[in-house]
Amino acid sequence: MRGRLLAFIYRHRSLQLLLLLVPPAGWFGVVYLGSLAVLFVAAFWSLDPLTSAIRHELTLRNFQQLVTDGVYRVVALRTIGIAAIVTVTDVLLAFPLAYYMARYARPRTRAILFVLVLLPLWSSYLVRVYAWRVILAQGGPLEWGLAQVGIPGVAIYPSDLAIPIVFSYIWLPYMILPIYAGLERIPGSLLEASGDLGARPGTTFRRVVLPLVFPAVVAGSIFTFSLTLGDYITPVLVSNSQFIGNVVFDSQGVAGNVPFAAAFAMVPVLVMALYLIVARRLGAFDAL
Amino acid sequence: MRRPILTLAAVAALVAAACGGGTATPTTAPASSAPSSAPTTAASSAASPGASPAASAGTSAAPSASGSASNPYPTGDYGTISPLKPAVDLSKVGGAGEGELDIIIWGGYAEDGTNVKEYDWVHPFTDETGCKVNTKVGNTSDEMVTLLRQGSTYDGVSASGDATLRLIANGDVTAIDPTTMPGMGDVAPYLINAPHYVVDGKYYGTPHGWGGNTLLYRSDMVTPAPTSWNVVFDPTAAQPYAGKITAYDSPIYIADAALYLKAHNPELGITDPYELTQPQFDAAVNLLKQQRPWVGKYWSLFSDEIDNFKNGTTIVGTTWPYQFNALKAGGTPVGQVVPTEGMTGWADTWMLSSKAAHPNCMLKWMAWMLTPEVQTQVAEYFGEAPANPKACKYLDATYASYGFKNFCDEFGVNDPSFYNSVAFWKTPLADCAGGGGTCVDYSVWSQKWTEIKG
Amino acid sequence: MARRVVGIATIVVLLFLYLPILVIALYAFNADRGQSWPITEWTTRWFGDALANEGVRDAFVLSLEAAVGATALALLLGSLAAFAVHRFRFFGRETISFVLLLPLALPGIVTGMALNATFNTIGLKFSLFTIIVGHATFCVVVVYNNVVARLRRSSHSIEEASMDLGADTWQTFRYVTFPVVRTALLAGALLAFALSFDEVIVTTFTAGTDQTLPIWILTNLRLPNQRPIVNVVAVLVILLSAIPVWLSQRLASEGGTPTRH
Repeated sequence: MRGRLLAFIYRHRSLQLLLLLVPPAGWFGVVYLGSLAVLFVAAFWSLDPLTSAIRHELTLRNFQQLVTDGVYRVVALRTIGIAAIVTVTDVLLAFPLAYYMARYARPRTRAILFVLVLLPLWSSYLVRVYAWRVILAQGGPLEWGLAQVGIPGVAIYPSDLAIPIVFSYIWLPYMILPIYAGLERIPGSLLEASGDLGARPGTTFRRVVLPLVFPAVVAGSIFTFSLTLGDYITPVLVSNSQFIGNVVFDSQGVAGNVPFAAAFAMVPVLVMALYLIVARRLGAFDAL
Repeated sequence: MRRPILTLAAVAALVAAACGGGTATPTTAPASSAPSSAPTTAASSAASPGASPAASAGTSAAPSASGSASNPYPTGDYGTISPLKPAVDLSKVGGAGEGELDIIIWGGYAEDGTNVKEYDWVHPFTDETGCKVNTKVGNTSDEMVTLLRQGSTYDGVSASGDATLRLIANGDVTAIDPTTMPGMGDVAPYLINAPHYVVDGKYYGTPHGWGGNTLLYRSDMVTPAPTSWNVVFDPTAAQPYAGKITAYDSPIYIADAALYLKAHNPELGITDPYELTQPQFDAAVNLLKQQRPWVGKYWSLFSDEIDNFKNGTTIVGTTWPYQFNALKAGGTPVGQVVPTEGMTGWADTWMLSSKAAHPNCMLKWMAWMLTPEVQTQVAEYFGEAPANPKACKYLDATYASYGFKNFCDEFGVNDPSFYNSVAFWKTPLADCAGGGGTCVDYSVWSQKWTEIKG
Repeated sequence: MARRVVGIATIVVLLFLYLPILVIALYAFNADRGQSWPITEWTTRWFGDALANEGVRDAFVLSLEAAVGATALALLLGSLAAFAVHRFRFFGRETISFVLLLPLALPGIVTGMALNATFNTIGLKFSLFTIIVGHATFCVVVVYNNVVARLRRSSHSIEEASMDLGADTWQTFRYVTFPVVRTALLAGALLAFALSFDEVIVTTFTAGTDQTLPIWILTNLRLPNQRPIVNVVAVLVILLSAIPVWLSQRLASEGGTPTRH
């Protein structure tokens, strides 16, 4: 019986497709995109200033406020700028480690490195942020250590500089893993061929390795960029600055102004949508 | 609606003074720091509706040992604290329990012994009432408001003053009958008729605990010892500490600036820091924008402020008495003062959701939380002043590991010069009594706070 | 020469990755409840306190349940979508990976607010189930990516060969297809589990009165008295997680190809 049913399914390809596609498509098409659509519509509602109730009439007032009030532009630019800095920093930090894992490490070392890269992801995000606060604070290990070698008075917490440091740290494994996978996919013979044809190691790296691994770098950057863009916990913990997420969170919570929160949330949504479209053009989706 | 509390406060102060004070002055708070406005306001509001219960409450404000009824509401007796057996008959509170209770709380307000064995007032409650307690921790007042409005998921909330009036105005919470709430008569006189939960003579809940927002400073770095908020607001006085000042990270902190302006810019005519007209509000916002570059770190978690004072990241600014005590106990040289301008303060209230699925269990919980024994456990665990001063009998003697000697003195529970200086948080509403009917609404406070922080 | 430079850089980056974890480990033994440097007195008492703490245990168990549930759902939905995309051409095929990636790429607060509003609208009570739904939504993509990448490099012809040799569909899946994607599923599951286990933002919007471990930590970081226990919990979680990560790594490398993300 089971065999006959499976055979029937096997012969009818459209039925196969249907069975495969309905659960994920239903989940994402209906539950997730539906929820997002509701949020999108809410961005065009407004809050009655007297009763604090939500008025279900479409208006552009929230977006008007976003554009005219300078503080929201500052917050948005700060968030996007720091997300970009974090991404670049993570590429620079991830590359040597990923390269060592993929090219130089023996299988055993590689396995150990792989575990070492993954493990920090398992320890609490919050506790790691707190640990950084201790490290960067006045009288903390960093200031203490630098003072030992004759550079006194370096306290980075609390400041805007602390934000990219902590984010670069927290999201680094998400950059290492795709770059490692990308590097590991490049056949060794290709590099040898490049060398045989007279290219020096530097040239091979620039002309062969980099172009091939670039989609993987973009893939990793999707994580580092988007995770930084959407965070609202770290900025509050290590600095006095607000991120888009803070304003969104406060608007929906503090003021109960869900429409305004939804409107401002459209900024990172738009930025990420553009980012993903460009990333796909660059072939990053195949390297994820 | 803010007058009854000042009436109370003033009467309490007079009585306390007449009885020779009878309380220790907490820490370094100067005894002469009661706000100058209190007596005059009290005199002019003698006819306010809250006056009669206030007056009767005032007569026992001094911590006399008599234990006589302090207000018209039912008082409670002492039970035993170990094992926890308060002398309250919960079967007579509300109707039959529904077997379940879902509440939104501040972390630490409903301990079941899982964190520290001695602090467990949830299991005994369930044993007594059959109401199984499920808690949802709200991380901010605003999160609590959002949560409570999510339909009938929750039966009640431990709301702070910056949330209560929003909940009342929106019909999210329902009034209770104070005459049938055991222990209501034991509530401290300065809280019983407080306008952050008593509206139009209706009681929207039961007081839980409170704290004054005092001025904390590193005594080794801030000299001479400050007596005014000018060390955080005035350009000249704050100059030496620029970059090392701390402030509370919430829109309600705008009231601290307003309180300062009330004393220093009388031409603005501020009478209530929570009821601000547009020009008054703008002045407070400008003061905070001016302060912004001097702020080393805004704090929102009290544990953060402790860390920051310990390592010197911040050395002067607003605090709760808890942080001062924790720092002092940890050996950090700190001082605490009630500034001459007075101070803001918070008070939490248990409120019953108007859509509660288990209202009887919630009412029983409210009565339970008011008993001296439970008040002791929660005050000690969380580090706050109890709403029921009867708890001081246990607190001053130290109940368990988080307690310390003279607990109530440290928190100013029985000290008029302390509690009279407090302007308790309440939600700024557009429709205000003091400002001629048009004040700046809390949603604008919140937006401006975003702008101040930048 | 290049190798040495890269090697040194690798060590520096590893130090960067483990410096904060070292700090957490040190503070787990700090006798003082606060976190000031340097540590003057040492103790092991917090380990006993943490192990005796029922709140931690409950939160840990709930986090495990949520992570297992979310991972299982993600494995199912992710591999279904991967097979569909790999085997068939259909309308909207190109947008599948795009849509699956959205929950991870969009800010957690957006996903959280959107799901929260939906659960409220349809009257779904917040519970373990809603936590799992929230987590699975952003975990699907990591499974999908791993499986799709593996399928792309394997050949469909071996499955046809299997059928031609008389194996039925089930046997073909069991003995041919599954072994091909096994390590990809494992790698995807591992990452999905880690993502779910440490998630805070979406969880604050999709959890009711239940506390997952990260939410417990968020709550207890507020209480200075609990701070040392939080550090101990973080250390214990790292130690515990080393076991599954190491085991899965072993399993994956036995599969012939090294684990990839």
